[in-house]
Amino acid sequence: MYEGAVQDLIDELGRLPGVGPKSAQRIAFHLLQADPADVERLAHALTEVKLKVRFCEVCFNVAEADRCRVCLDPRRDLHAICVVEEPKDVVAIERTREFRGRYHVLGGAISPIDGIGPDDLRVRELLTRLGDGTVTEVIIATDPNLEGEATASYLSRMLRDFGLRVTRLASGLPVGGDLEYADEVTLGRAFEGRRLIDV
Amino acid sequence: MHLRHLSVVDFRSYTSAELPLEPGVTTLVGLNGQGKTNLVEAIGYLASLSSHRVATDAPLVRFGATQAVIRGAVVRDGRETMVELEIAPGRANRARLNRSPLTRPRDVLGSLRTVLFAPEDLALVKGDPADRRRFLDELLVARQPRWAGVRADYDKVLRQRGALLKSAAPVLRRGGRRAARPAHVEGVDTASERESALHTLDVWDSHLAQVGSQLLYARLRLLRDLGPYLGKAYEEVSAGQSDTRVAYRSSLREETAGRIAAGEVPEVGELHDEVLASLAEVRGAEVERGVCLVGPHRDDVVLSLGDLPAKGYASHGESWSFALGLKLAAFQLLRHDLGDDPVLVLDDVFAELDTGRRERLAAMVADCEQVLVTAAVPADVPDTLMGRRYAVTLGSVTEVA
Repeated sequence: MYEGAVQDLIDELGRLPGVGPKSAQRIAFHLLQADPADVERLAHALTEVKLKVRFCEVCFNVAEADRCRVCLDPRRDLHAICVVEEPKDVVAIERTREFRGRYHVLGGAISPIDGIGPDDLRVRELLTRLGDGTVTEVIIATDPNLEGEATASYLSRMLRDFGLRVTRLASGLPVGGDLEYADEVTLGRAFEGRRLIDV
Repeated sequence: MHLRHLSVVDFRSYTSAELPLEPGVTTLVGLNGQGKTNLVEAIGYLASLSSHRVATDAPLVRFGATQAVIRGAVVRDGRETMVELEIAPGRANRARLNRSPLTRPRDVLGSLRTVLFAPEDLALVKGDPADRRRFLDELLVARQPRWAGVRADYDKVLRQRGALLKSAAPVLRRGGRRAARPAHVEGVDTASERESALHTLDVWDSHLAQVGSQLLYARLRLLRDLGPYLGKAYEEVSAGQSDTRVAYRSSLREETAGRIAAGEVPEVGELHDEVLASLAEVRGAEVERGVCLVGPHRDDVVLSLGDLPAKGYASHGESWSFALGLKLAAFQLLRHDLGDDPVLVLDDVFAELDTGRRERLAAMVADCEQVLVTAAVPADVPDTLMGRRYAVTLGSVTEVA
């Protein structure tokens, strides 16, 4: 145990994801020795992020105003919504520049063990968005693990009566990879989702 | 296949031990508590990533040490593979194949195949359904390692669905009772909460049906393939006494359960629909009790001798022979499936058998590529099966000339 303030800092750092007690200690002592201006900047960034950043009122992506950049962009296609678990998934899909529609961030996936049910996700908000009939396609892009799949099947059940095109991202072999390195589950999925080659 | 060498470090009572092995029979002899079984346990662990004696890894590591290492040189078709495992309780195990680390220890399964018969296997006949399910599932994995993944997925679905049933049960029950009251009394929130809990349960039902039906189908096919070998093995051990029967007792609806018990193996698609239908039937009870009541995790295998169930009716010796029959049948099944003998391990088996059964067992296993036998009293082991002999004393192994 260290003197009060140092130990407080170590405890707080240790609560961050991916930071164990040893790393927390190392970061704490790094900060102690750092230039006061640097530490000031970090502290400022931390307060700012809580003050300024909000969630977009339409899609619940992180935003600095009422709406996020994607929702404000007039060039985006209003007919398609891509449903993801976390804001970081939006960034990942944006990097592809493949998708020109808008997003909906659920804020997690259904996982009863962690006490997360559909009511803890922004499902109701999604259904409200679909109410006016502008959207014609919903692309479900939750993670391809058990919880993500459960969320996807839950959503597809809820969306059944909306008369929309509901699609799920394909699972399969990674591009540029070797077939021999794929695990059985992935390879099995790739077989299920095989496509006819157009000649 | 056979093991050419086994070495253990900080495993159970051993600080370190080296055991050179050869094809054919090897007998480990020693007094009680000297560490014979520890060695065969290490071999079993290397093959299945689990111990036949304990459910957790902590007792496997020598008291005072932080991790245990098991190393085996496996020879198959003249090619040698080095399989290494590091067991550290509280951390993930690490595996290496020919000195290169594997990302998932599970990938080591299949490098060494064993069929291990130990006194604990008496539970196959006398114990709980869980013991018999584990026997089937482990044999499935030994046959096709991909089932390890399906088993793990099924466990995950069960845990999630179980958690949901526990947490949502109050909402579902309350909703059910309130529905009887006038509409204005029932809060909108309760109604929608109930509806969303039901929808979520539907989702987990469909996942349970999807993975559960695959597991069920695999078990049924395995049992169908195993049956003939079991009959033959038991007959040989017991010299033609009463006939053995195995029937799968499914937790599905009565009609399907009956067909399955009669030995029919429905297609996966049909099983999938049956699991869903059975789940729908028991939903009330599941919500009431907060537990998953249908699925392969509630099933059992009924073993009978003649017309009587083995559990409760068979004598000690008969139960012992039945359990032995199951293991020998597993050995034969793997041998025919893979065109290669697993390593057969007989831990403390002979002490419990009469002279006739001892001799017949010895004759049955004589043609196996490699057999490892442990015995406290050397005289229990038939002379024909002695082979190379090692003495085990207080955690050290020496060859007896």
